[in-house]
Amino acid sequence: MSVIVILIITSIVVAALFLGAFFWAVRSGQYDDTYSPSVRMLFEEKKKKENDKKDRSTDQ
Amino acid sequence: MKQAEVVQKLSCYHCGEPCKDEHLIFEEKDFCCHGCQTVYQILDENDLCQYYDLETTPGFTQAQKSKGLFDYLSSQEVRAQLLDFASEEQERVTLFIPNIHCSSCIWLLEHLERLQEGIVKSEVNFNKRKVSIAYDPRIVPLQNIAELLDRIGYPPLINLEKDEAENEKSYDKKLLIKLGVAGFCFGNVMLLSFPEYLGFETVEPQYQQIFRWLSAMMALPVLFYSASDYFISAFKSLRQKFINIDVPIALGVVTLALRSYYEVLSQTGPGYFDSLVSLIFFLLIGKWFQQLTYRNLSFERDYKSYFPLAVQRIKDNEQTPVLVKDIKKNDQLLIRNNEVIPADSILIDAVANVDYSFVTGEAEPVQKSKGDMIYAGGRLVGKQANFVVQKDVSQSYLTGLWNQNDEQKEQRTLIDQVSQYFTLVIIAVATGSALYWQFTDPSHTWLVFTAVLIVACPCALALATPFTLGSVMRVFARNKFYVKSAEVVEKLQKITTIIFDKTGTLTKSEAHDVSFVGEELSQNESKILTLALASSTHPLSRNILSNLGKKDATTYQLESFDEIPGKGIIAMVNGLEVRIGSAKLGELPRKASDQTSVHIWFGEKYRGQFILQNTYREGIKSLMARLGKSFDLKLLSGDNSSEKQRLAGFFPADSEMFFDQKPHDKLERIKAEQADLTNVMMLGDGLNDAGALKQSNVGIAVSENVSNFSPASDGILDAEEIKNLDKFQDLARSAKKVVIWSFVISFVYNVGGLSFAVAGLLTPLVAAILMPLSSITVVVFTTTAIQVLARKNKL
Repeated sequence: MSVIVILIITSIVVAALFLGAFFWAVRSGQYDDTYSPSVRMLFEEKKKKENDKKDRSTDQ
Repeated sequence: MKQAEVVQKLSCYHCGEPCKDEHLIFEEKDFCCHGCQTVYQILDENDLCQYYDLETTPGFTQAQKSKGLFDYLSSQEVRAQLLDFASEEQERVTLFIPNIHCSSCIWLLEHLERLQEGIVKSEVNFNKRKVSIAYDPRIVPLQNIAELLDRIGYPPLINLEKDEAENEKSYDKKLLIKLGVAGFCFGNVMLLSFPEYLGFETVEPQYQQIFRWLSAMMALPVLFYSASDYFISAFKSLRQKFINIDVPIALGVVTLALRSYYEVLSQTGPGYFDSLVSLIFFLLIGKWFQQLTYRNLSFERDYKSYFPLAVQRIKDNEQTPVLVKDIKKNDQLLIRNNEVIPADSILIDAVANVDYSFVTGEAEPVQKSKGDMIYAGGRLVGKQANFVVQKDVSQSYLTGLWNQNDEQKEQRTLIDQVSQYFTLVIIAVATGSALYWQFTDPSHTWLVFTAVLIVACPCALALATPFTLGSVMRVFARNKFYVKSAEVVEKLQKITTIIFDKTGTLTKSEAHDVSFVGEELSQNESKILTLALASSTHPLSRNILSNLGKKDATTYQLESFDEIPGKGIIAMVNGLEVRIGSAKLGELPRKASDQTSVHIWFGEKYRGQFILQNTYREGIKSLMARLGKSFDLKLLSGDNSSEKQRLAGFFPADSEMFFDQKPHDKLERIKAEQADLTNVMMLGDGLNDAGALKQSNVGIAVSENVSNFSPASDGILDAEEIKNLDKFQDLARSAKKVVIWSFVISFVYNVGGLSFAVAGLLTPLVAAILMPLSSITVVVFTTTAIQVLARKNKL
């Protein structure tokens, strides 16, 4: 029956890893902005029509 | 001819503002002004029109623009303050852009590199309305980036104020991590305690000790890390000889821990680790729920955020940007169109128009002439002008308002008052029952004593307030009323007097009601006026023009047009001289009044005057009637009393009204009210109300655009929602009843638990069921009660 002890220790270690992941997520600021990533992933990258137009507008 | 407004359903493709009759059409799309069209063109040329696909009319109106606003960014010193990172090849800056409001904004601002060569990467933080931009300073200087942002309708707001939100943010993170730790331990301890509930001894007695020790270890980080705030707060309040709610909590937690560790160490029982951990976990959830912060709003703004970071100083005939904080007396400053004058100074040019709307809420610019003293906070409109500084920035007339001492007495909250008696009763009950057992069965004495302290731990009591106030704050926010903290909701309950500012608070800051006094204008006369006014840019001309409606004036010819600043317009239409403007333009047959009026002369003949009155916000009259039943209403206006008659119609008959109030007068008036021990709520909008807002018990800043400027306050209210003020008050007051009822519920649970404890029957299982159950009941009760009340109030 000592297998239960191993199981419990394993489960606590796994849970602790997730806790560590949570710490990392909080510290690296992933909860600072919960809106824009959800929108950002939906942006489609269209191909540009012509590249030469770019320079004209910026020099106004 | 009151409301002859142009009925046209056209709205600008860029910003969504209704287009006036002379709107622009470009590529079959309608635009309200050249600015909006320019933005569209810039985006179109760079193939960024996806901007318009994500949301309709995402832009901001570009009607007022000026040049050279960001010249000061060329100064090395200024940049050093702003940049997050700087090297030869790359610099990184984070700019606050209040206009960020939708997914289109994020999209456009994250594709800046397509608009401007040299920008490497840009990333938006939507919650904080900030964009961080990495760029190559050799290709594009910061100044150009700021100008680009301004041109596409996202002007960055750069000011002296250092990011005061940074501290708050790290605190937020700490709470989250504490909550994470508590949650982790809570889950595991619950799992480990489960066999205990089912009866360990009979099945697997050999694992009992392992499980108990594991739980004991799990409880350690919760006790010493997650719960640390409660111990610190309890300690602090005891040192001040005052019992706040954290004292009985800390007492309960300490007793729980001591008894549990004693039981495990002495191998006499399983301890109450499950109750201990769940208690802390729930308490922290309550704290987190209450901590609703609006990161894009700032309630602590002082004068510095109104002022630019730097202005142009003229020294030895050379212009150099200088930081506002480095401005000294007798410096000569060159202030340009739309720049704010940062210190009290004297005008040395002939004339200048100064817009004091930040200061007084009055939208019309005031004309100043050479030698006039200009108070800090005014914004220059029109031609640039030179000033000589008279006082340091921090000592100017207006900024002085902030430097006043604000000693507000800290109010004791309801929960703290209750907890004082609560703690005493609990200690009495514990001692009493311990004494009883001492005489009947001494072996039970300590068990019962600790059991009483454990079960009486006011977890539910402590959760009642945060969940009630947190829910109220959420309902408020849904209705565009943003309060600084939960404490403000409690303060709202005590308010007996409400004081209003007039301009910008009760009235709209831009719009005017226009009426004509004199013999009614004929069709032809109206046409002539339309033609003459159309060429003028003065805000009053625009107002009158929109009131006249669309007229086809093609039969008339505008031969000459002359705008005299501060006076009006002289135009020649088909050989007839038309004079439109102030009384100074001609001899007036009638006496001038306090009202804003525009006089009309056709040739030598005086034709009459347009009277412009403030437009009051919708629903003000009925709001006042409703509020008047339960509050003292007062008015504090910086304006003259010309509107007194109209205001008297709105306010209840016995309301006091004060006119011509200077900012300091307003502050003193609030102080006088408070001297009679009344709790005052002040609603205002301009910088002139700032001192009064700060002094009043609850100061609410009314703003037409909540992410824009607003003076330091306890709450920010969207101007459209001022009509719901009475409902907000009602909800805040009923929140108090909800809190009291949840106190009753938690007392019932406590009495139930106590009867177990006193009888010596409080097993870990009973504690583990009873304590979370009472907390959950209170949480569910408070949140649903507030939602139901909000719906009843139609909020």
